[in-house]
Amino acid sequence: MSEELFPEPEWLSEEVKTGTTIIAVTFDGGVVLGSDSRVSAGESVVNRVMNKLSPLHDKIYCALSGSAADAQTIAEMVNYQLDVHSIEVEADPLVCSAATLVKNISYKYKEELSAHLIVAGWDKKKGGQVYATLSGLLTRQPFAIGGSGSFYINGFVDAEFRKNMTKRECQEFVVNALTLAMGRDGSSGGVAYVVTIDKDGAEEKCILGNELPKFFDE
Amino acid sequence: MCGLLPGVLQLRSSFKMAAALQFPANVSTLNTYNDLYPDWTQREVSTGTTIMAVEFEGGVVIGADSRTTTGAYIANRVTDKLTPIHERIFCCRSGSAADTQAIADAVTYQLGFHSIELDEAPLVQTAASLFREMCYRYREELMAGIIVAGWDPRRGGQVYTVPVGGMMTRQPVSVGGSGSSYIYGYVDSNYRAGMSKEECLKFTAEALALAMERDGSSGGVVRLAVISEQGVERQAILGNQLPKFSTV
Repeated sequence: MSEELFPEPEWLSEEVKTGTTIIAVTFDGGVVLGSDSRVSAGESVVNRVMNKLSPLHDKIYCALSGSAADAQTIAEMVNYQLDVHSIEVEADPLVCSAATLVKNISYKYKEELSAHLIVAGWDKKKGGQVYATLSGLLTRQPFAIGGSGSFYINGFVDAEFRKNMTKRECQEFVVNALTLAMGRDGSSGGVAYVVTIDKDGAEEKCILGNELPKFFDE
Repeated sequence: MCGLLPGVLQLRSSFKMAAALQFPANVSTLNTYNDLYPDWTQREVSTGTTIMAVEFEGGVVIGADSRTTTGAYIANRVTDKLTPIHERIFCCRSGSAADTQAIADAVTYQLGFHSIELDEAPLVQTAASLFREMCYRYREELMAGIIVAGWDPRRGGQVYTVPVGGMMTRQPVSVGGSGSSYIYGYVDSNYRAGMSKEECLKFTAEALALAMERDGSSGGVVRLAVISEQGVERQAILGNQLPKFSTV
């Protein structure tokens, strides 16, 4: 290892990662997705306002985490495949279909990719659903968290999640969880993006740093 | 000392493996520093524990899980990680079991001696300083994250945290150990200043139960202790009595 007086900054050669907090929760009648907005390359923040909630279809979104390039590519590919599929069946696609497409890519290329997408949305058949597709598995859950910041809020979401919350309670739950994670994880931060999907469509919201809830800060 | 070193080095390498398993990939990419910069992020792993301490008006509540692991084997499922250092001063141990036991023994001796010289009860800050002295001086050899908590007549209930590396700071509530990562969000959102003793006990038990649920290296029973002017009350909450949450 050569000794250098002024070593090259890490972030020039680091892969761009979305060290992240993402969360998706079902409520009675739809889902709420949330994410932070920080993209880091090593210790440098390369984008502080990135929206990690990517639309796959009108009422199906996915939340990106892990390598930014890998996650965006998967989302774009599935967006295209889902468009073709929905034209073929002449109906809105099921959330399960979107999640399966994501899972297929994640599993087939699991050695090359390092991205974790949470797929969530609303369809006529089963209402609001959340699917986790970590490393190529596919599982439906009442809620899912992901990204580096999610480690810190495991206890919080385990304790605070209740089935059949209202839309309002769900949104508050998501914003609280994101705020707590951003407070503890160095790779998560910026603003909070929240998307609410129900039978009427998807509503995107951005909550700025100073509007986030404040917790006891030891 | 020479006979101890190989054993210590062996433990350190196994903890480094546990470090790689427990931290997500983007954290470890920060670690390619040269010798000029200390390797904080890689050092911040304490393995196999969840410990917690909370201050309240009149004392402190401390708690820990009861699992000691050597790799995947649970060496002791009923460990007592709440170690008395003096009559009203306890420490919660996390990290290498051998290191923390040795440090606790040494500090118990030093504090006992100091208290006899002073002819009065030692301060919690003194105990914490002794831990910090040792943890900082031997930081390269040790892997110990310790929370010191107790009651003294001058400042009441106090919690001091001495994490890996040897810093010391006083905090109203402190968590430590590998399981602590999972409950930072819960503790941040549920702690309020001015809780009563019963509220603190409930808060600690619930936080530890949540961490034990998620961390493979924490488990067993929840050991709690309340330290106040009246003395020390200890209790254990067994597996089937642990608080339950609606999980996925």
